[in-house]
Amino acid sequence: MDAAKPAAPFEYLLRLGDNALVLSQRLSEWCGKGPALEEDMALTNVALDLIGQARLWLSYAGELDSAGAGRSEDELAFLRDAGEFRNLLLVEQPNGSYADTLMRQFLFDAWHALALRELAASADPRVAEIAAKAQKEVAYHLRRSSDLVVRLGDGTEKSRAMMQAALEQLWPYTGEMFQGDALDRDAAASGAGFDPAGLRAPWLDYVGEVLAEATLKQPPAEAWMHSGGKQGRHTEKLGFLLAEMQFLQRAYPGARW
Amino acid sequence: MAAVEEQARAEPAQVWDWLAQVPDPEIPAISLVDLGIVRNVRWVAGAGGDELEVTITPTYSGCPATEVIAASIREMLAAHGLGSVRLRQQLSPAWTTDWISAAGRGKLAAYGIAPPHPCSAGAAAEQAVDASRILRRAAPRQVRCPRCDSAQTQLVSEFGSTPCKALYRCQQCLEPFDYFKPH
Repeated sequence: MDAAKPAAPFEYLLRLGDNALVLSQRLSEWCGKGPALEEDMALTNVALDLIGQARLWLSYAGELDSAGAGRSEDELAFLRDAGEFRNLLLVEQPNGSYADTLMRQFLFDAWHALALRELAASADPRVAEIAAKAQKEVAYHLRRSSDLVVRLGDGTEKSRAMMQAALEQLWPYTGEMFQGDALDRDAAASGAGFDPAGLRAPWLDYVGEVLAEATLKQPPAEAWMHSGGKQGRHTEKLGFLLAEMQFLQRAYPGARW
Repeated sequence: MAAVEEQARAEPAQVWDWLAQVPDPEIPAISLVDLGIVRNVRWVAGAGGDELEVTITPTYSGCPATEVIAASIREMLAAHGLGSVRLRQQLSPAWTTDWISAAGRGKLAAYGIAPPHPCSAGAAAEQAVDASRILRRAAPRQVRCPRCDSAQTQLVSEFGSTPCKALYRCQQCLEPFDYFKPH
């Protein structure tokens, strides 16, 4: 790597990798239980894209990890406790009904596509190439989740009510996507990252347009929002997810395929 | 440089020919070269003399075939006396279905998979966050049935048997088929 180019901070890469990893694990919980075969395949294929992206981010993070002397992607995924995860609270929220899962996906995809567009222009060449690769996959995720939000929102009375309830339940977890902290500011200043506040207006525009098409009522943008995931303060839901995801490595340390 | 090593040093063009015989593990009708994932073949200076370096790029980030592909390349080259090969993974520029060769497209169709439409690189990703141009509003591309060539086809599922394909149904011959998604 070119020494003159800035490298993204370790924790910044953890945030990107953990978003993909945790959401991938959530989606994988649907494997074999989707409401229709096509939906089962779609969710698990999205999960597969996300696990691939998580591997790319976490491998790079591991190379830059000074504290852990170069932890591998597997060590980062399987041997950190909840407080060391840096994902958004939104992605760790439980699957709930299919409406909840789709709404979570849509709200995240819309942010993810915008975030990757910024990162594809990163001054850190490794970040830029991972983002450019992921961007193509996420474009497809967003197209699909937007389409389903419209179909189910503007669907039957029951599907609309479920989508509206999911939206209201998940909305307070969206504010965190746009709240910058010192790490974001450093990453943006070096050119490796971006200012998350800048994504808020385009995200609201996009989400607002799709929700209107779906005949769903958008909760107020200024509503009170949860935060803390990016700094390692998680909802209790993450612990249960990790207990399942990390079981094998915790019970049989060093086990390999 | 020992004479035996000189003798084993195959021309890159010859190596490309060998790699053109390695089938994709998930779509064995086409080769890794047809798929466009072999990006470069060259000799580079290594610690113990010159080494053959093969650069490959993944299709999708999470494609589970990536490791099998690496193993198949090593196996094929070892069979031609190239035991020590350096495999380099390259992410950028990101793989696109536009790199599938004309021969590869023909083989896909013959195998029953509708080949991908051309895509301008990055355009879909750029437009994804522009709701007014969102692809859900775009008229769906006409995908012809690879069996009967009918244009009367319908999307069944955005995802098929692998991440790179979508599932369609022909309303003429009533058979389901895979469509290789433009990516």
